[in-house]
Amino acid sequence: MSDISSNSAEERAINASQMKVSDTDVAIDVVGMHKWYGDFHVLRDIDLKVMRGERIVVAGPSGSGKSTLIRCMNRLEEHQQGQIIVNGTELTADLKRIDEVRREVGMVFQHFNLFPHLTILQNLTLAPIWVRGIPQAEAEATAMHYLERVKIPEQANKFPGQLSGGQQQRVAIARSLCMQPKIMLFDEPTSALDPEMVKEVLEVMISLAEEGMTMICVTHEMGFARQVANRVIFMDQGQIIEQNEPETFFSNPQHERTKLFLSQILH
Amino acid sequence: MSFSFVREQMVEPAPAPVNTAGPIAWARRNLFATPSDSLLTILAIVLLVWAIPPIYGFVMPNFLGGDAVPPGGTVEQCRVETAGACWAYISARMTFFIYGFYPAEEYWRPNLVFALGTLLIIPLAIPRVPFKRTNAILFFVVYPVVCFYLLNGGVLGMPSVPTEQWGGLLVTLIISLVGIICSIPIGILLALGRQSKLPIIKTLCIMFIELWRAVPLITVLFMASVMLPLFMPQGTTVDKLLRALVGVTLFSSAYLAEVVRGGLQALPRGQYEAASSLGLSYWKSMWFIILPQALKHVIPGIVNSFIALFKDTSLVSIVGIFDLLNTVQAASSDIDWSSPTQAITGYLFAGMVFWVFCFAMSRYSIWMERRLDTGHKG
Amino acid sequence: MAVQDNIAGPPRTAFYNDPVIRGIFYQLVVAGLVIAFLTWIILNTAQNLAAQNKSTGFGFLFETSGFGISFTLIPFDRSSYYWQAFVVGLLNTLLVAVIGIIFATMLGFVLGVARLSSNWLIARCATVYVEVIRNIPLLLQLFFWYFAVLKAMPAVRQSFELPLSIFVNQRGIIVPRPLPDFEIFWVAVTAVLALVAAIAMVVWATRVRTKTGHYPVVVSRASRIAGLIVTFGVGYLAISLLGTVVPALSLGPVFPLIGALVLAGISLSPYGRYGRVFIGFAIGWAVANFLLGGMFAGLGEGIIVLGAALVALGIAWTMLSADRRSAATEGKLPLALPVLIVIALPALVYWVTGASLAFEIPVLERFNFAGGLQLVPEMVALVLGLTIYTAAFIAENVRSGIQAVSKGQTEAASSLGLREGDRLRLVVVPQAMRVIIPPLTSQYLNLTKNSSLGAAIGYPELVNVFMGTTLNQTGKAIEVIAITMLVYLTLSLTTSAFMNWYNARVALVER
Repeated sequence: MSDISSNSAEERAINASQMKVSDTDVAIDVVGMHKWYGDFHVLRDIDLKVMRGERIVVAGPSGSGKSTLIRCMNRLEEHQQGQIIVNGTELTADLKRIDEVRREVGMVFQHFNLFPHLTILQNLTLAPIWVRGIPQAEAEATAMHYLERVKIPEQANKFPGQLSGGQQQRVAIARSLCMQPKIMLFDEPTSALDPEMVKEVLEVMISLAEEGMTMICVTHEMGFARQVANRVIFMDQGQIIEQNEPETFFSNPQHERTKLFLSQILH
Repeated sequence: MSFSFVREQMVEPAPAPVNTAGPIAWARRNLFATPSDSLLTILAIVLLVWAIPPIYGFVMPNFLGGDAVPPGGTVEQCRVETAGACWAYISARMTFFIYGFYPAEEYWRPNLVFALGTLLIIPLAIPRVPFKRTNAILFFVVYPVVCFYLLNGGVLGMPSVPTEQWGGLLVTLIISLVGIICSIPIGILLALGRQSKLPIIKTLCIMFIELWRAVPLITVLFMASVMLPLFMPQGTTVDKLLRALVGVTLFSSAYLAEVVRGGLQALPRGQYEAASSLGLSYWKSMWFIILPQALKHVIPGIVNSFIALFKDTSLVSIVGIFDLLNTVQAASSDIDWSSPTQAITGYLFAGMVFWVFCFAMSRYSIWMERRLDTGHKG
Repeated sequence: MAVQDNIAGPPRTAFYNDPVIRGIFYQLVVAGLVIAFLTWIILNTAQNLAAQNKSTGFGFLFETSGFGISFTLIPFDRSSYYWQAFVVGLLNTLLVAVIGIIFATMLGFVLGVARLSSNWLIARCATVYVEVIRNIPLLLQLFFWYFAVLKAMPAVRQSFELPLSIFVNQRGIIVPRPLPDFEIFWVAVTAVLALVAAIAMVVWATRVRTKTGHYPVVVSRASRIAGLIVTFGVGYLAISLLGTVVPALSLGPVFPLIGALVLAGISLSPYGRYGRVFIGFAIGWAVANFLLGGMFAGLGEGIIVLGAALVALGIAWTMLSADRRSAATEGKLPLALPVLIVIALPALVYWVTGASLAFEIPVLERFNFAGGLQLVPEMVALVLGLTIYTAAFIAENVRSGIQAVSKGQTEAASSLGLREGDRLRLVVVPQAMRVIIPPLTSQYLNLTKNSSLGAAIGYPELVNVFMGTTLNQTGKAIEVIAITMLVYLTLSLTTSAFMNWYNARVALVER
């Protein structure tokens, strides 16, 4: 993968340790959160504080609640106990607050979820025009800017169905960026892609990280975690089992469950 | 700030808090989630409270708290002003609704037909039961012939019963069964023809299919009953029931052709290629490779067409055949049982019979569809 | 040996093994059989006709019919020609088809959405409706409505009287007949123009909104004034209606006037939403009181007023919380202006031109009603049956259309911050409609074909008038049946042509 020597692991650790815990520095604060699906206890006692500019990778076996956790952060799923505070706004049933949070939090899905009946450009400008009230010309300029960033400006007038999986996922990232979010959530963005397309998507995500975007990624890409994350969270059975800086997490896992998982995923 | 965290004690799953589980939480989630939901729930309850008690009272006999006259009651009870449905009338005329004018001493023959049909159709419908091929041949080929001789008589010392005397549910079942049994092979041939690369055959099939699909069944039945005698050589008489059967078969074979075509198109190209690469001729590859798979796929579609056909058989009453609906309609002018609720009770009864058959078949079709779906993924 | 054979060029095929020749052979055989069959039929028919001394040809269309038709859209009597009978039947078929399609679409969409409702009770009710209705033959339902319901209505002298001078009896439904004068024509023209203008205005405002990020200033200002006027009008209506529930409030025309002025005033203040909630409460109370009074006639008046008040409180609560929960209104197009355009312009023309729309009220005389417009029970039963039956199928199409839009689409739209209304308008509905419209069109066609069942209950539609009466009188079986089938064939082919065009137009572009 591409080199990002400017942002070595040590530097990142130093940056992180210099952060002061003040309200304005906290992007997302999850306190004692529980969630049930019917009688099934999916998320148990989640405590998580995400700082601005932090890049967090959430790992864990399937069914461990990783996706549910980040879907709670923009209220695609509701939680039943505890608090989730995003950008200083606590998520409750109040639609106004949910709207507020969703405007500031972008999300990228495993299956892209592009709107198949709209062109790429329309996909990108839809939310800026109808949510932010940005004039069309301006929204299109922004959209083209982000399409260039994800390196597919020439596809602007095609439909999602005409693009490859990797291209679609890059469009999906650009679509989120067009809303100029403060936080980005990634829900297994590379799991539905063919191996040769994973790289192009990860490159976009790495460059985002370099710009200091607050990111929470659910992913199985351990290389990406090592390279970009300043924290790795390991989940199992709906709870956070272990979290650490990537270096320590990979070289010296503490919990038995983590060791087992890593031994299976890293050869 | 340090990130390091290792969980020492696992959190055991706990029951959901009271406000998110249990009946109250269920009601809050499913009935009163938002104010508009609550409003809709209240409106629906008001509507149900308004509608259900009168309906219940009308349909249920008095020992269940209603006003209906149960089977075995008298016509005087039905003529009371406040009386509900007159089920006594239905039970008294039940044999007419089932057999029409079939002579009473010969009821064992239709009964045998019903029994044989049930006996053959149950193992055919359950996928696990073996001997499907034998079973299918018995049901689709042998059974209709046996039925014809049983019902029509004139052989083995059974007195002859002309089709004019057949009626009721018996005729409804005969028309729909014969309709579907005859239209399956025609439908398959039409579907194959429509898929064919030979232009003349393809055009003929398309014309046939689209013509019958375009016109209402009632015009087809009119056509069959008026024009069929004209088409036959002079002096031939065509039985009235047979005319209706021809009309119904032409009509439903066009619909079945489209169902089968769906199955043929859903098969992956590889199957066609594999069949021809084995050196099988067209008919052999169709018979051994393509049709068995395609037909299995379209069983739900065939059942759905059968449901439609079963409902449509009620139209033969317009051309004067005594099917279930027509017997109910005819009996509703029966003076002996005339009461304010006579007609409506008859329609309720016929409606329930049709509903039970159609609903059961639609459930079966949905069940098969699920089964086939999962069967393919696994 | 084998090698040499291969070199010797393509092996020669016996001509009967050549696929092309085989294909031609098969086709010739099939075509021959079909032609032979048709010839056989035609010869038989000719013989039969000759034996019965019948002629063929379409000349009968121009003979006088000698029968009357109970319900016609164009003038028709015994001296009219058979072709006119054909037109009458066709028009009657199209009439019930159009009315049925409109009602069935409305009912079907409501039911389809209800089946997916998160409200358990509503979803269950819709499911029961669909499962009951679509598993019972349409003809049986028509018989039920016609013989068991409409024919069982009271005799003319005991007619049910509904509000607005509508009467229901054995002979159908009798409604006031509108008697428009000439000026009404201009009102109607204005109404159409106003509707077009309102739609054009909305489209234009939306386009400007997309382009610049906000609605045109003119529209926003006019909307504010329109909002004021509409609030005044609706407020007046609400307080007048309140008088029907609370008699103490019906003090005269001044009271609603003052109340409406107050409500309009409130709508300018920050507490505008309480004014709206009050209006919703008042109208809800009056309407619920009226409906409940009709439904539970046996209960005491006090209980009904109380029950109605509860329902109205529910409405008020809904409005209040919807208002609180919905985000800022700056992104929404105010609907007051188009509403005002559609209502006020025709009203203005009505007033200026001095047009008057009188109604001829049906009056019960010795044996029957005089005046009014009679809707024959045959037609009412047919429309009712077709609507109820087809709506069940449309509901299923709507349901599967909405379900075909994956949950991910809604989630993606939500995660971008789109509000519920915009999510539906911009993402879900456009995708669902692509799936819904093709089966919907074929349901419309089915409804039109099913209207032929009207023949069984005596509604004079095409099959009844032409294939029934005309065929019986003239005996021209072949000609009559051919014409009738041709009509349906034309309808069907037109529909499928439309569907092919539509499918090609909206097909999602794929790799």
